[in-house]
Amino acid sequence: MLLKDTENGYGIVSRVLHWAMAVGIVALFALGWWMVGLTYYSPYYNSAPALHRSAGIILLALLILRFAWRISNPKPHDRELSPLERKASWLGHWGFYPLLFVMMVSGYLISTPDGRPIDVFGLFSVPSLFQQKGLEDAAGFVHEMSAYAVMILAAVHTAAALKHHFVDKTTILTRMWSGPPPS
Amino acid sequence: MKLKFSALTLLAATFALTAPASAGNYLIDTKGAHASINFRVKHLGYSWLVGRFDTFSGTFSYDDKKPEASMVSVEIDTKSVNSNHAERDKHLRSADFLNVDKNPKATFVSKSVKPNGDGKATVTGDFTLNGVTKEVAIDAAYIGGGDDPWGGFRQGFEGSTKIKLADFGITKDLGPASTDVELTLHVEGVRQ
Repeated sequence: MLLKDTENGYGIVSRVLHWAMAVGIVALFALGWWMVGLTYYSPYYNSAPALHRSAGIILLALLILRFAWRISNPKPHDRELSPLERKASWLGHWGFYPLLFVMMVSGYLISTPDGRPIDVFGLFSVPSLFQQKGLEDAAGFVHEMSAYAVMILAAVHTAAALKHHFVDKTTILTRMWSGPPPS
Repeated sequence: MKLKFSALTLLAATFALTAPASAGNYLIDTKGAHASINFRVKHLGYSWLVGRFDTFSGTFSYDDKKPEASMVSVEIDTKSVNSNHAERDKHLRSADFLNVDKNPKATFVSKSVKPNGDGKATVTGDFTLNGVTKEVAIDAAYIGGGDDPWGGFRQGFEGSTKIKLADFGITKDLGPASTDVELTLHVEGVRQ
């Protein structure tokens, strides 16, 4: 099984990271949306945010790993795209990294500016690095706005992938699922 | 000689009577943090959750000869709410509770002071919180006063009252034991 990406397609590491993070990010958006409306006496009032924080930290680790993997691997070709699509695709893909990073770090900063660490599934904890009173308010605003921005970009990304698959009949979508075609 | 002594004694006694007269206007010593505004609310009915407002300012007038003429006015920066938990403080500042973007100030302005003897008094006034103004009565007590070691003159009081959150438009349900909040003020004023 091909680990690394090649000129022809994505290796298993990139594909697993792509789909795991796609599911994780959308799920955490939904969880975050739902959990902020919970009543105080909901049985999930504490456990839902705990799951959101834990999974968010894991996603941040995956994001860093994925960025390192991306810059140290060849980029699969985009020959099937028009010049305009190529520019938009470049912008969209590189837009994801800073946007996701800002979203995840701002989430971390909501929970930690009072010195409390974030417990990750009871396995380990991430310490508080920046302590400043009131930082949680600014972090909360940035977290919410960047989360909406990520969802909008993800929707555009999905629409583009479906268009390349169903309208343009390219291999763009299938190679992210099945890897490079046998050569 | 004896007469002279008496005159001096009389002079000294006169000074002793007039010097510590407390009448005047006092600025609450928030600069030196010899004042605090604290709150507590029952958590689930099982314990007290204690918090405070870190930033506020205020003045009072006080004359120990005429305590009923005293006045007090305090302005609280609601954004400074501090329950020693960043996530909770963020929630307390939100529209579920203090709605600080819309209502950045809470104020208390006294309307009457009724001395109850023994250094105690009931201070009635308008309390504005979350944009809602209601009359509240504060049970106040005189703690002490006099010259400070740095050339100033100070008086200190404490006061407490209880408010119903729903009266001030704060309707987030924290459970049946947590509908009321107790407020406690400890203030030391420096005479201006």
